[in-house]
This record gives sequence, structure tokens and C-alpha cells, in this order.
Amino acid sequence: MLKKIVSNADEAIKDIQDGAVIMLGGFGLCGIPENSITALVKKGVKNLTCISNNAGVDDFGIGLMLKTRQVKKMISSYVGENAEFERQLLSGELEVELIPQGTLATRCMATGYGMPAIYTPAGVGTEVAVGKETREFDGKMYLLEHAFKSDFAIVKAWKGDSHGNLIFRATSRNFNPLMAMAGKITIAEVEELYEAGELNPDEIHTPGIYVNRIFKGSDYEKRIEQVTTRLKA
Amino acid sequence: MLDKFGIAKRIAKELQDGYYVNLGIGIPTLVANYVPEGIEVILQSENGLLGIGPFPYADEVDADLINAGKQTVTTTNGSSFFDSAMSFGMIRSGRVDLTVLGAMEVAENGDIANWKIPGKMVKGMGGAMDLVASAKNIIVAMQHVNKAGESKLLKRCSLPITGLGCVKKVVTELGVFDIVPEGFKLLERAPGVSVDYIKEKTEGNLIVDGEIPEMILD
Repeated sequence: MLKKIVSNADEAIKDIQDGAVIMLGGFGLCGIPENSITALVKKGVKNLTCISNNAGVDDFGIGLMLKTRQVKKMISSYVGENAEFERQLLSGELEVELIPQGTLATRCMATGYGMPAIYTPAGVGTEVAVGKETREFDGKMYLLEHAFKSDFAIVKAWKGDSHGNLIFRATSRNFNPLMAMAGKITIAEVEELYEAGELNPDEIHTPGIYVNRIFKGSDYEKRIEQVTTRLKA
Repeated sequence: MLDKFGIAKRIAKELQDGYYVNLGIGIPTLVANYVPEGIEVILQSENGLLGIGPFPYADEVDADLINAGKQTVTTTNGSSFFDSAMSFGMIRSGRVDLTVLGAMEVAENGDIANWKIPGKMVKGMGGAMDLVASAKNIIVAMQHVNKAGESKLLKRCSLPITGLGCVKKVVTELGVFDIVPEGFKLLERAPGVSVDYIKEKTEGNLIVDGEIPEMILD
């Protein structure tokens, strides 16, 4: 019997130790694993390396783990919108590796597809290329970028089932299915948890083989960074 | 001289029917408001949406539906969602017809810098390095000078580079410039701006070939 369902975030993350390398899904605050972040703050694990497109805001998302100084290194593409992050970075307290967003996504994909590296033109001739192998294909230069190695990937999905199959909603999909494929151990928190057989196989974004633990999250805040609206005519 | 809305309006005239377009954060986002009558463009948002609709009404705001600037948006007829690897896959494989982005500096050889000011500001490149490395056509929307009054159209970029030799066109509050092998070729002047004034504000090589027309916005 597959036993992937755990009761909550505390149980899902209980074996994450100091110094772990963790992938966290989400773009900005959209599609972030809120429950697991709260549990990591509560557990107080330290010296984490976090691979995530962004670093949250001062008081939400990964920002909560920055505030408690649990993060040793961030690997991200864009870290604006977070004053505490910028302070720790400029003062040298926090190590940061900035990489192009498409490279970040594709390095996760490579891991999940069992490929050791990919070639991309992003960053050729920039600081990002320093120390990296380059190769020319059809007259254009490319950088060799390695697949990520991580201890855990933590993702947030809309729906999931007892076999670990996942369905994402709208733009909260973003990095989640890619990171789900890339964790040595992948933890998924979902808004709605179903029994195997209740979800349509045609609609699954992430097949359950990639997911080790799944739980039904609670109290999602789903904070919005910039509420922009139009007026009714 | 143009305001930021004028810059966006002028860039919108570059749109063609059926274009897939990626608009960066800031002035580029405004371009969506000025799509000319009778043409259809499909906007790509790098966080995983093709077919960005207008901002939502207050009662339809959805935290799961945002654009790359983290603003709430809507879908439109024919929209699709996808993950971040596929998003950059469509960019890298040359499916996006036009990319409009902001910049801190552009050089006369088409180099662009827009992701870092060493020791001062580190926000990161986001998707900009992927976009500039692969886009077929890149237009930069930016102010002509920085806050200190120094030209942002340079001989060579002084800030860390985002991409090499990739910018095709620059639109600022002063004019429209094509990047050609010799430098910035002035195509149009903004209303009320003289060629001499543009020369004074442009550090890179400015090419003025014959009479330069004033741009027509409407």
C-alpha cells in the first residue's frame, strides 16, 4: 500500500535537518507552500539553502524564515520587494546566488527528467557565465547549467490524491510541478485532498511517482502582493 | 517630451496583428493599454500565462491569477496556463515575437544592463536574461537620463550586463532610436524636443540622418 498521506505540515517536514537544501515552489507569494513554511519556522531548523524564484516579502512566505535567520543561502532569480532580504544581502549575512528565471526552472526540470545539465543562452557574456563551460551551437553561444541537487522539494497544489497526483490552479502552478519532480524527497501540501481514483487522470499535472508525502493544508491566507482592479463601467 | 504613458503609446504602434508579446514590469506593462484598434496581440506572462486579460473587477480578484509584476489579472478568450519551464521554453525557442522591457543602461552596440547596481541595489534579473538572450525583437522602454541627469544611452554599459548586442530599438521620453552598427539612429523626435537637445542627452554615438520627423501619437 502506498502511504503518502501525512496528517499535517509538522509531520511532513519532521526530518528536515539543519543545513538542508530545500526547494520551495511559488512565484512571488502565488502558489507558495504556506503551511510548510510556518512549520519550518516553528521547528527552527537553521543554515538552510533555499532554492526558490523569490524570497517572499518581509512578513510572509520565505521572508518569515529570513527574519528568524534560518536561511544561510538563497538561490533565486528576483529578490526585490523584501527589505530585510536586501539588508542581509548587502551586509553579507546572507549568501545569495542570483540566476536567470528560465535557467532556474530548467535546472529543476533537468533534475526531474534525469538529465545532468542543460545548455541555455541566458547569461552568456554576463556575471552569470563566470566559471561556466560554454559551447557554440549553430553560431550561437550557450552556457552549461547543471541540474539541481536538493534534499527536499516543498510544493503547493490545488488538488491532490492519496497517490500523490497533483493538479495546480491558474498561475499558482509556476515552479511547483518542476520542483515536485526535483526533490530527493518531495512534500506536497494541497487545498483539497482526494482518494485515488477521484481525480481525472487526464487532468493530472504532476504524476504521483514524484511525490513522497502529501497533506491537506489549512488556513490559506493567499496574500496578494499587488491588488490591481478596474472599475465597473 | 513624452510622459511614461506617451512612451507606452509610441511602443504600442510597433505591435502587429497576431503578435505574441512579453511586456516587462513598469512602463512596458502600460503598452497593453494602447493596442491599436483592429489588431489582436497575445500577451505572455513569464509566470505561466498566455493571454493576459484586463485587471479584474474588485469582486473577481483571484490570488492564484497574477502577472509577472505580481499584479492581479484575468484571463481572456483563448488563454492558457503552464509551468515556468514551458514559459521560458516558448521564449527560448523564439515563439515570442516582441519583448518590451525597461533598462538602466543601453549601449550603442545593443548591450543592455537592468538587473544590478553593485553595492547598492540587487533585485536580480528575473526573466530578463532569458528574454534578451532569445527574443527575436527587443524594444527598450526607459527614461533617457538617470536621476543624476546622466545619459542612459551610452557608448558602453557601465553596470553589469544583462545581455549582449540584443536591443533593436529604444523609446525614451525624447525620441525613438534604432540600434544600427554605428550606434543610435534617431528615427523620431518626441513632440517639442529638438535634435540638439537629444544630442546633448545622448552619450553614445547618435546618428542623425536628414530631417527627423516629430512622432505622431494618435
